[in-house]
Amino acid sequence: MAHGSDSARLPDAYLATGTSSFTGFLASLGPKSALVPADASVSGLAESGTSGGQLTGVPHGTTIVALTFPGGVVMAGDRRATMGNYIAQRDIEKVFAVDDHTVVGIAGTAGLATELVRLFQVELEHYEKMEGAPLSLPGKANRLSNMIRGNLGMALQGLAVVPLLAGFDLDRGRGRIFSYDVTGGRYEESDFQAVGSGSLFARGSLKKLYTRELAPDGAVTACIEALYDAADDDSATGGPDLARGIYPIVVLVDSEGARKLTDSEVAEVVRMVVSDRQSRPDGPLAQLPAATPNELTEGLGE
Amino acid sequence: MTVPFYVSPEQVVKDKADYARKGISRGRSVIVMQCTEGILFVAENPSRALHKVSEIYDRIAFAAVGKYNEFENLRQAGVRYADLRGYAYDRSDVTARSLANSYAQTLGTIFTEAPKPYEVEIVVAEVADLPKNDQLYRLTFDGSVGDEHGFVAMGGSADVISTQLSELWSDNLDFEAGVRLAVTELAKTGIPVGAPPRNIAPNELEVAVLDRRRPRRRFKRMTSERLSSLLVS
Repeated sequence: MAHGSDSARLPDAYLATGTSSFTGFLASLGPKSALVPADASVSGLAESGTSGGQLTGVPHGTTIVALTFPGGVVMAGDRRATMGNYIAQRDIEKVFAVDDHTVVGIAGTAGLATELVRLFQVELEHYEKMEGAPLSLPGKANRLSNMIRGNLGMALQGLAVVPLLAGFDLDRGRGRIFSYDVTGGRYEESDFQAVGSGSLFARGSLKKLYTRELAPDGAVTACIEALYDAADDDSATGGPDLARGIYPIVVLVDSEGARKLTDSEVAEVVRMVVSDRQSRPDGPLAQLPAATPNELTEGLGE
Repeated sequence: MTVPFYVSPEQVVKDKADYARKGISRGRSVIVMQCTEGILFVAENPSRALHKVSEIYDRIAFAAVGKYNEFENLRQAGVRYADLRGYAYDRSDVTARSLANSYAQTLGTIFTEAPKPYEVEIVVAEVADLPKNDQLYRLTFDGSVGDEHGFVAMGGSADVISTQLSELWSDNLDFEAGVRLAVTELAKTGIPVGAPPRNIAPNELEVAVLDRRRPRRRFKRMTSERLSSLLVS
């Protein structure tokens, strides 16, 4: 029935009943459709540029942190993309509000990761429009897991994508965080999580700052402190760039929806954190018992 | 020997068109109307789940009357078409014009080739930043497409409503006035001549808007609470 002359009519695959998934629909069109993105083969690229299992020739995104607070969840990411020793971009955005109540942050191969987020965003919106209701938060988390697993071949060639998903679960009325590994393994985190090259330092920092009673603005400050600590010890993570006015991207999600903080809102928190660090470069101090004057002199006497 | 029964092409087309028209005229009406804030959709529809008005893409929405399974099929195809185009090119490359064209071709092919035409009439609307750039396309069962301005009424009482609206609609109507006007006109349909207008309860109405002031996804459904307070005041 599909003659060349009536190519403007919608092909049968469009009118078929069945999947509400956008990626499922793409698969049903098959590789012949001109609109379906080509399945890029990167084997040659991976062999030529691999160093220590990671490609140095393409930009990599670095640190993302997320933490829950009563009533929601906040995610923040630094702005640096690195290419080996070089800074590929200093104002890259790695945290995306993918729908009304969900946010995704990406670490790893920037090109593949941003594409994955773009596809994930279409996937969620497509489902919502087809079904008339959005996916549940665990449903979204599982969908993303599946999409990461699809990238396993590339990941094994050094092009890993490691996102962090956070969102407000409307059914349970609280913020939730999901982290992933390159095989698509999905792990729910109860309080906070960080991914990317500076994540070890960020997580150490969050561990000392986090309480379950944080106010939303306290949660934002904790994220900025953690990113500062990550940038302090990891060369691939960018610190806040006050001179250029480049600040971390911060997205806050609560029952009302996801909201990206404006530059001036983030700038305010950043300035506070940076000015506190002028007097204490290592950041906020835990209250521990100090040595008595007696103990101090004893120590000196030895 | 049996003689094959000859039916002229004119007769075939006429029969199919009559059949489709009869199916469409059985249903309640839908009104699509431009207003200062955007494009307004008002449908008489007691169901909360089986929509007559739906979101297609950022700036584009879909309204239909007729057989649910048939226009739902077209709606889903439209969502797929728009999402694929937006993903393959850019979000700004998805236009109502190209979607309306695809629908027209599809409906045209079904009308001529399938044993039974689709008993549907649809509107594809795209909201712009300025009212003068809004686009309204009305598509009928045979694939004919019309570029409309101001308002479109479809369904059983389309002619009556259109006549009324051509006098009452103006381009400075705001959203609330538009909803009231549309509901008033719907209430005058489906009753014997000379009878007083029906009372349509808010939960029997499906109202949505493509709001030109919203960011990105312009489509928004109106809750029946908001609708009740609007219709009472």
